Amino acid sequence: MGVELRNGEAGFHELDDADFTDYDLVYHVRDALTSVSMGDSDKYNELVAVMHHRGPLAPDEVALLVTSLKALSGAVSYIDSVLHESLLSSIFSMNMWNYRPDVMDALLELIISLAASNGTYIDSCLDMLVGNFTPPNYFTDMLKQPRGIARKDQVLSRVHSSLKVLADLVPLSPMRLLPIIIQRKPHYCSKEIILVIYVENMLKLESGIFGELVGSAMLSGLVDLLLDLDVEIGWDDILQDESAKGIFSMELEDVDEDIDDELMDGGELPRELSRKSLVGNLFARKLDSLMVLIFEHLESCEVGRRLVEVFETLLQPFQKTVLTAYKSKFSQFVMFYACALDPENCGVRFANMLGDTFISNSHPPLLRMSAVAYLASYLSRGKFLSTSLIADTLKRLVDWCLDYCTIQEGEINPKAHRIFYSGCQAIMYALCFRMRSIMGVPWFKSQLLMPINLILSHKLSPLKVCLPSIVTEFLRQSKAAGLFITSERFNFDDYLESELSKGFGGMERLDMFFPFDPCLLKRCDSFIRPYYVYWSMVRPTYDDGQEEGSDEEVDEAPLGGNTKSREDFDLDEFDSAMNQMSITPKDSLKHRFGAALKEPLRMPSRIRPSTSPESL
Amino acid sequence: MECLKVSEAKMVVYVHPSKSTKIYDAVLRELSSLLFKFDENFDGVVLAYEFDILDKSAKILSGIHPYIGVRIKAKLLLFSPKPDMLLEGRVVKVTQGSIHVIVLGFASAVITEEEIRDEFVYKIKHEEEVFSSKFHKHHTIKVGTMIRFLVKSLDEEILHISGSLIPAHTGCIRWLAKHLDDDTITGRSKKKRRENEEESILQDHGTVSGEALSFNSDHRIKKSKKEKRPKAES
Repeated sequence: MGVELRNGEAGFHELDDADFTDYDLVYHVRDALTSVSMGDSDKYNELVAVMHHRGPLAPDEVALLVTSLKALSGAVSYIDSVLHESLLSSIFSMNMWNYRPDVMDALLELIISLAASNGTYIDSCLDMLVGNFTPPNYFTDMLKQPRGIARKDQVLSRVHSSLKVLADLVPLSPMRLLPIIIQRKPHYCSKEIILVIYVENMLKLESGIFGELVGSAMLSGLVDLLLDLDVEIGWDDILQDESAKGIFSMELEDVDEDIDDELMDGGELPRELSRKSLVGNLFARKLDSLMVLIFEHLESCEVGRRLVEVFETLLQPFQKTVLTAYKSKFSQFVMFYACALDPENCGVRFANMLGDTFISNSHPPLLRMSAVAYLASYLSRGKFLSTSLIADTLKRLVDWCLDYCTIQEGEINPKAHRIFYSGCQAIMYALCFRMRSIMGVPWFKSQLLMPINLILSHKLSPLKVCLPSIVTEFLRQSKAAGLFITSERFNFDDYLESELSKGFGGMERLDMFFPFDPCLLKRCDSFIRPYYVYWSMVRPTYDDGQEEGSDEEVDEAPLGGNTKSREDFDLDEFDSAMNQMSITPKDSLKHRFGAALKEPLRMPSRIRPSTSPESL
Repeated sequence: MECLKVSEAKMVVYVHPSKSTKIYDAVLRELSSLLFKFDENFDGVVLAYEFDILDKSAKILSGIHPYIGVRIKAKLLLFSPKPDMLLEGRVVKVTQGSIHVIVLGFASAVITEEEIRDEFVYKIKHEEEVFSSKFHKHHTIKVGTMIRFLVKSLDEEILHISGSLIPAHTGCIRWLAKHLDDDTITGRSKKKRRENEEESILQDHGTVSGEALSFNSDHRIKKSKKEKRPKAES
């Protein structure tokens, strides 16, 4: 290196002595470039050496570099892609993160001139710009210091503005940019900071001037990345220490400040434990950070009044990747959050999309079952959803199930009628959460109650097939509300466990898939929490004697769902009811049924009921 | 502009059987994939199209070719610049060594110093970079000027044109219109009108399409879909 540097200095020595104008410099460089074809490449080599210098630069070297870059920008039309290959490759391998702003500017000016001068350079130039989205490896530690952050701003703002300038000069460049960005997307195993910075850049492009062009590709690339991380986190990671503790792991709201006390008191917080099992999980941490970035982006879209469009673009990758993925765990919360930000548009659109997917015959059964699982979970958990939307959506499901009943004559057959059973389960699940509020809908009795009655008493016996915990809770609430009492078929104590639900859920156990169960990613959860209905916030129709006359409805539950008073209290019935509603399934059937057979009702020992009795 | 032409083409579009209920959409999609790319068969860049499906009965020959062959007759608006043709475009950047132009809102063109005739001198006027004529001081080229230039070559991959301002009938369109064909008043106003039309097309970012023509949505230059193209263009 040292030798090259000296050569470089010597070559340009004359420049220091005389008073040269910019134009003279340009001519000097042109001369160096053209003389290569005549066999004289001394000056050219000096030029390459200046570009190729790596490592710290002294002030005079910086000046030399800037001057050379500027002179080259004036001589781009003399650069030949074959003759000057070494020069081009050293220019394209320069990393902006290594330089001061004045060098960055000169370098970008050159890159833009190159791209605009000749079509053959455009891809390399775009590639070079995209390559600067992320810092070199050595720099990642610096990003925590103010100096590193300042450098990051300097580089990224310049890269993005150059992309804009380039798009003005070469209007088709965004079309070429797209594949490059997707191609250079870091692997999900890369460092968290690299992933985060790259995603920041993608989101910046999405909201930037050519968002219209590249937006959908950016978002679907992002969703792919989320899902890559998502599938790396196994259900085992989430539930590992719950294995012998009961049928379901419990749904718990965490209590940030109170947690320590609780633990000292010997209180057991499976949710926290689940979370703990995720603590060491790098993928979970990366996913958490990326999701937070996307949430913030969605917020900014909401402020900029473009959330509806962005949501529409997000729906496609959601349908294509998340919905079809095997039990995605976290990625779906992006949709949930977008819906929460704009319930009137996005929220309704999402419910309709899921409903359409379920009802449409042209989709494969697994997709339809998955869609209805999403729908049920969404209708139950979205605090922002209006009762009328929930009732309307349920009515669609009920109508479909009723139609199905009328054309089917057979007996119970979980496999053959799995779509139907998943639909019934979805209706019951959502009603468990919403029964009380939905009874206020004027047409509830005529439009929903009667058909549901017919469906449930049909020969296909959904009550025997669907997940017993849901059936039990549903029947319990309907009994308390005085519904369905006329039918003799409902024996409220019969359905505790059933092998049939396994049958309709299939290998995938879609019967136990509740996508919007409480989010276990810590930072994500803080975004989701205000818009989320926890089971403990639901006021069922029955009265356990624990309610103490509280009038709190789901909709009135305190934002944040945090509890301030967390006295221990004794719950028996209430406890088990909630435990049965606790959702997140164990993935191992052996555990589920093995444990269940041994102690069919062993739920609450470690599992505190949703931990927060704030609704009581 | 002489590099724009309308071609009629008889084509067979192969549609995947899964799209058999939406043949029309599938054909649209297939044709849209041609837009803004140079196609050797047409010897040009497809800018717009319209088509009729000739035969309603398209069958799958199972075992031979699993796609549905839909025969169509299409009208294509093609952009095919050839060397020595004249092109018009808006200047987006002027430097000492080059003039950068955008043609029809999507193709970029560059005119390097060697291709700018000696009449034009680079100057900085009111902090603006301009090339102005030594002989006619009103004949200037700066950012925003519409210029007419000669095509030297075309990079078909990225639709990058390299152009020339050597011939005397090239330069700022407005100036040329006033000074080159100084015919009758009507002639001039006709010319002027035409020029305005052309500019308005360019401002519409290249949406040179007839009705029912459809554009691929993958390009931002597209804003309004239904701009009638004046006859003079074809």
